[in-house]
Amino acid sequence: MSTTAFLTDSTLCIGCKACEVACKEWNQVSEDGLDWSGYSYDNTGAVGASTWRHVKFVEEPPTPGIGGNAGDQTSWVFSSDVCKHCEVAGCLEACPTGAIVRTEFGGVFVQPDVCNGCAYCVVACPFGVVAKNKEDGRAFKCTFCYDRQKAGLEPACAKACPTESIKFGEIDELREEAHERLRVLKERGMEDASFYDPTHTSVEGTHAMFILRGDPRTYNLPPNPEVPTIYLKQGWRSAAMAAGLLLGGTLLAFLTDGARDGR
Amino acid sequence: MSRQSVPFSEAQPSELQRERRLAEIRRQAETRGKVNVTGIRPEGSPFPKASPETGYYGIPLLKPPQWTHQIPLYFFVGGAAGAAAVVSAIAHYVGADRKLVRDARWIAAAGAVISPALLIADLGRPERFLNMLRVFKPQSPMSVGAWTLVGFSSAVSAATFAGLMRERYGPSFPLTLIENAGEAAGIPLGLGLATYTGVLLGATAIPVWNQNAGDLPLHFAASGVGAAVGILELMGHSKSRALQALGLGAAIFELWEGFRIEGRTHSHLDPLKHGASGAVTRVGGALSGPLPTALRIASIFRTRERASSLRRWAAISSVAGSLLTRIAWMRAGIASAKNWQQPLEISPDAKSWQDTHPKFRQVTTSR
Repeated sequence: MSTTAFLTDSTLCIGCKACEVACKEWNQVSEDGLDWSGYSYDNTGAVGASTWRHVKFVEEPPTPGIGGNAGDQTSWVFSSDVCKHCEVAGCLEACPTGAIVRTEFGGVFVQPDVCNGCAYCVVACPFGVVAKNKEDGRAFKCTFCYDRQKAGLEPACAKACPTESIKFGEIDELREEAHERLRVLKERGMEDASFYDPTHTSVEGTHAMFILRGDPRTYNLPPNPEVPTIYLKQGWRSAAMAAGLLLGGTLLAFLTDGARDGR
Repeated sequence: MSRQSVPFSEAQPSELQRERRLAEIRRQAETRGKVNVTGIRPEGSPFPKASPETGYYGIPLLKPPQWTHQIPLYFFVGGAAGAAAVVSAIAHYVGADRKLVRDARWIAAAGAVISPALLIADLGRPERFLNMLRVFKPQSPMSVGAWTLVGFSSAVSAATFAGLMRERYGPSFPLTLIENAGEAAGIPLGLGLATYTGVLLGATAIPVWNQNAGDLPLHFAASGVGAAVGILELMGHSKSRALQALGLGAAIFELWEGFRIEGRTHSHLDPLKHGASGAVTRVGGALSGPLPTALRIASIFRTRERASSLRRWAAISSVAGSLLTRIAWMRAGIASAKNWQQPLEISPDAKSWQDTHPKFRQVTTSR
């Protein structure tokens, strides 16, 4: 069984949002606001319970020359965001019902027939992806088109992408492809091209990697995402100390009290 | 719900509204050279800026906790009930006042009933509560907590029920067995219930919570003890020296916790100091720590009647403080998730485009 991934190349994205539309159509996700946010052509600002693909728009005043921009045109970068499908996923670790599972393709999938809407995954995601749909009551996020992959098809967003900005394939091959693409881009003078794949933190890499221009923080991608289970040791140590103090303190308080029930 | 069942004609009005809105925007642009409609950037205004210094327009990365008010209320009830179960069992073993043992058990039993109700009510799909018991995941504090609560509720309510039967129909072997086993199990389960909620908040992506992961369980346990002791004193045990000692210990710990929060200057602690969440934290802290500490110390040097009254005030303060403290941490978590700088490791003083152009601030929350 192969382990699959997305490689979203923002240098190829034209901001058409076909990925958002294809995702909604295939997965029957509800409408999420047709108004503009005011931040360039961004609609929703972030991924959420009903936005599983989200195109980010980074608009800058005209900078002639860079990336072949004409002097009178706005510099624009688009990047289609999605659930990162972390190698060590905070939501999966946190889920108390076992609704969130790792699929045979390496993706992280919320089983809608098991989720009971406890919303703990929402605060466990270091990328702010999964969210509880208030009308429905359950948590939702990108399924990595588990149903399509089961049938040997590529995810709907990758299928719909007209420029192959969203690439889908075997994870190791995509990593190689990304490095090759980065080399080509730099050769062409796009010195600020970068590759986002946080393998250096406790998340240990993701199944959704990005080729960006410049710093990932511009696109609301955290430089050092950490899976929240790293705080467990500290927490349980403190809990053990608290339990010891509570037990010892209560014992001491009643032993030294002196008031006995006539025994 | 089937989307196809909506007749086409019903979609018409909204389509019309959108057309009208577009016409209005065009009219404004033509007549005034400027547009004042949500989502429209007027001609000539600054470009909205996304950069490594200003983030993605200052849109927060993290999703705020989506728990309702039932969860902090549960933290309060569960904390008090867990501590009360421990107090009841230990007081019983040591041979303390029988009424105190009984009242503490009733507090635990009440919590054993109220806690699951609150938790289930908060679920998006309450009828699926039992799905929590499909698996046991030690790496998920929510899973550990669900099992602890189920165990606690079963043990404490069984012990209480058996105790009630024994009082009415006289002692018998099965009743004694259930009562003693339930009471004994109530100790570890009560300790777990009073502390795990701190681990639960600590092991999240929310900065104000995970940066206090080592403090929260101790803090919450002290808060639970303060509440349990307070309720017992208000039930007429304001002369028990053991409760006085426990209450004083909890209050002093909360006082120290307050100093820990106020004494450090990290930007991740800001939600505990500033804004509405900061105000609730400070009031809750004052009612949990310094006020009951002072009242209890003062009561030591007073006559019996006067001391009893001071202790009742300390009790009221501790109970209110415990409840406010839980609400404060929840609100602080929500405020912390809205901080766009922290997850991106951008300086807390940095201003986003939203901050520098409040006039163009837009609604940007994904549903």
